[in-house]
Amino acid sequence: MDLNARNITHRYGDMVVLEDVSLDIPAGQILCIIGPSGCGKSTLLRLLGGLEHPSEGEVLQVGAPPLGCLNPLTYVFQDFALLPWRTVEGNVSLVLEDHGLERHAADAIIDDVLTRTKLYDFKTALPRQLSGGMKQRVAIARAMAVNPAVMLLDEPLSALDAQTRELLMDDLIGLWTRQPFTGVYVTHNLAEAVRLGHRIAVLSRRPGRVRDVIDVPFELGDRRPGMPELEALQTRLWDMMRLEALAADQELTDV
Amino acid sequence: MSDARPVPFRGGGFRPTARRGIGLVVFVVLIGVIEWGTRAGWISNLTLPRPSDVAQTFVDLWNTGLLFQHLLPSLNRLIVGGAMGISTGILVGVMIGLFSYARAGLVPLVAAIFPIPKIALLPLFVIWFGIDEGSKYALIALGTFTPTVVATYGAVDNVDRTLIRMGQSFGLTWMSIVRKIVLPGALPGILSGMRVSVAIGIILLVAAEMLGAEFGVGAYILQAGALYDLERLFAGVVILSVLGVMTSWMIGQAEKRLLRWRS
Repeated sequence: MDLNARNITHRYGDMVVLEDVSLDIPAGQILCIIGPSGCGKSTLLRLLGGLEHPSEGEVLQVGAPPLGCLNPLTYVFQDFALLPWRTVEGNVSLVLEDHGLERHAADAIIDDVLTRTKLYDFKTALPRQLSGGMKQRVAIARAMAVNPAVMLLDEPLSALDAQTRELLMDDLIGLWTRQPFTGVYVTHNLAEAVRLGHRIAVLSRRPGRVRDVIDVPFELGDRRPGMPELEALQTRLWDMMRLEALAADQELTDV
Repeated sequence: MSDARPVPFRGGGFRPTARRGIGLVVFVVLIGVIEWGTRAGWISNLTLPRPSDVAQTFVDLWNTGLLFQHLLPSLNRLIVGGAMGISTGILVGVMIGLFSYARAGLVPLVAAIFPIPKIALLPLFVIWFGIDEGSKYALIALGTFTPTVVATYGAVDNVDRTLIRMGQSFGLTWMSIVRKIVLPGALPGILSGMRVSVAIGIILLVAAEMLGAEFGVGAYILQAGALYDLERLFAGVVILSVLGVMTSWMIGQAEKRLLRWRS
């Protein structure tokens, strides 16, 4: 299933946050969205998944979601959004409970996603016992449990330290290589964008417009941290964003 | 380096930790001082009764069976009235927390009822619900209702919105979001509101029993006060204190069991 954003403009009151944004998200690819802070990246993601209504324009789903898909557009949040009163297993089971699955079918899904995210041994742990990286793995496992057509990742690694981030990036790449998923990955970290994106959309500062969409011509599995080609791409992206980021930083925010 | 000295420690403090038994020691010392004072004579018998006499009165109460004759009706009133008030309070509080119309319509009403000294309404309740148990249930129910409502809707308001967004983004039904996200998230606030409600319930229980009851801890205290029988008065007050400590302990246990997930 593809996702299509058509001429999206979004306002909060008088303030235009996004202006005429059009993006294609073809199935099986990860699109990274980068931009200076406050450019409306996260807003765009909320619009794509239907958590907010765009002021103008529309988001279209093209084609049918894959078989066995319980929730076509599925988010992974920056702050994990795990229920603190449920165990790891319970948090994954939460998103399956409303679908009338049989007990053993649900258990099979839970076991499968927890194994894939290396969480099986932590089934009965509560979120407060887990590190940040583990919490985000639980959130990723939960997202995979509903077999989404498109994964919407909102700065999923931003709350983690650099080493954990590196590990989770490897995990995400591993998950994608084994079973390619469609993803929209919002981040302000250029290194993440060049490692995980098949394409990278660069947004301008507020009001956010698509400045450019760049193809990254390497297979996800072949990319390594510190590859000269990726470094060069990262520098190119930073040159593109630098002035915008500087201006965005000096803006007064009164919203 | 002749001028070396250790860095002075400036951290620590501001973090009270559990100290077992200190509370008991305070009680024992206080009672001991009063006992000593009344025996030595520098506390007159008119000011305070001797603690040992109060204890003796208490033993007599137990032996004659009078204790339960007074305590059981009181407990019954507290439990029935409190259960009515707290359960409707939670229900209304959750509605205010969830529905805009309920909020717009009921918040001013609750704000208007909250500051009324409920005991002033007792004569009215007697006419509405009868002189017997009905008026006492109603008084305690109304008294526990308002603080429960306020605590509950505050607790619902404080439920992490990102968790609710998460629930919506996974396509959970409205009922599931309320049952699995909103209510468990509001539980800590609801339970701490219950501490206040139950204490108010005990106060109103005594007040109601003072105004018209044959049996009950409040009636017992009133009789003792009318006769200036300090030993019996204090025995009654001790029962109330114990009741307060017990209910607070029970809520504490409930918190421990239900809120184990909190860090």
